[in-house]
Amino acid sequence: MHIPDGFIEAPTSIGAAAVSAGGLAVSLRRSAEVLEDKVAPMAGLVAAYVFAVQMLNFPVAGGTSGHLLGGALAAVLVGPWVGSLCIAVVLAVQALLFADGGLSALGLNVLNMAIVGVFAGYGVFLLARRLLPATGTGVAVASGVAGLVSVVLAALAFAAEYALDGAGGASPGRVFAAMGGVHLLIGVGEAVITAMTVRAVVAVRPDLVHGAAHLVPVPQLDPPRVPVEDAA
Amino acid sequence: MRRRLGLFVAAGLLVALALAFFVGPGASSSPDGLERVALDEGFADEADDHRLADSPLADYGVEGVDDERLGTGLAGVVGVGVTFVVMAGLVLGLRAAARRRRSPAEPGPDTDTADAATNATAPAPDAQPEPQRGTG
Repeated sequence: MHIPDGFIEAPTSIGAAAVSAGGLAVSLRRSAEVLEDKVAPMAGLVAAYVFAVQMLNFPVAGGTSGHLLGGALAAVLVGPWVGSLCIAVVLAVQALLFADGGLSALGLNVLNMAIVGVFAGYGVFLLARRLLPATGTGVAVASGVAGLVSVVLAALAFAAEYALDGAGGASPGRVFAAMGGVHLLIGVGEAVITAMTVRAVVAVRPDLVHGAAHLVPVPQLDPPRVPVEDAA
Repeated sequence: MRRRLGLFVAAGLLVALALAFFVGPGASSSPDGLERVALDEGFADEADDHRLADSPLADYGVEGVDDERLGTGLAGVVGVGVTFVVMAGLVLGLRAAARRRRSPAEPGPDTDTADAATNATAPAPDAQPEPQRGTG
């Protein structure tokens, strides 16, 4: 899913880079507002974990493989603002250190995976969570559904970019259908990995899961105090 | 609490490192979804060589390590470590900058009301148009 240089021409690549930069700037600002002590190590861990699991290509039909994108996973674990930064850092490390994902395509890749993948994934998660029981399993299933949808949407974002400015003259309609189809399969893998990871973390430390805040009893700060004030 | 968090993060990092080192080398090397579509639809040749294709860790190998599986595993370990440090460092930097911006007067909001009031933080002072770029 990492776009190399050359697939998408310069104007759309530059446009995507500008949109991505704007999106990440908002994420940086919003992240600074919500940061608690526990967020720094958690954010580092989420990014590192996504990096590791992105290496693990699993086979899907017909000599094709796929790997986790991690957008929905990061959004559920640390919230969408910090989550989008996590995925962007992963993509930057991959492009700069491992020659994975083109340098002038970095803006496209950030847009598809760190912006579309994360925020669409988080939106779907919030919707799905509402329909599911307020349990660890409910949160995990909602995360999995979000993972699947986020992968398909990230793939369709590429198809849209290709339709705008793709090289090689392939039919945009066929690219759209093919990207959607194969990433529906990959999305199933994304759903399984995302749900299993979220389930495991919720089982051990629900308080560290942004998307499971409603499962954690409100801590010590609010002892069941008798209402103090009122008419004297 | 703090120590427990450290334990959790350390355990999580171990999982990530183990996945990268032990499972990474066995990952499928078939074309991924995008590569498959590019091949089928005939635009795969448009891909340029990566501008950093000669870098020592290019393509998840380690220059000088001839055993491919070992190279991939080591590259994965480096990647996990670098990613953790960069992301955690970014967040620490954001926190420090935010704290500086918020209160040059008070020493620091170390009293953590934060844990409980996760989402309901104080109304953000968005109105103040003084981001005050850190120069350090």
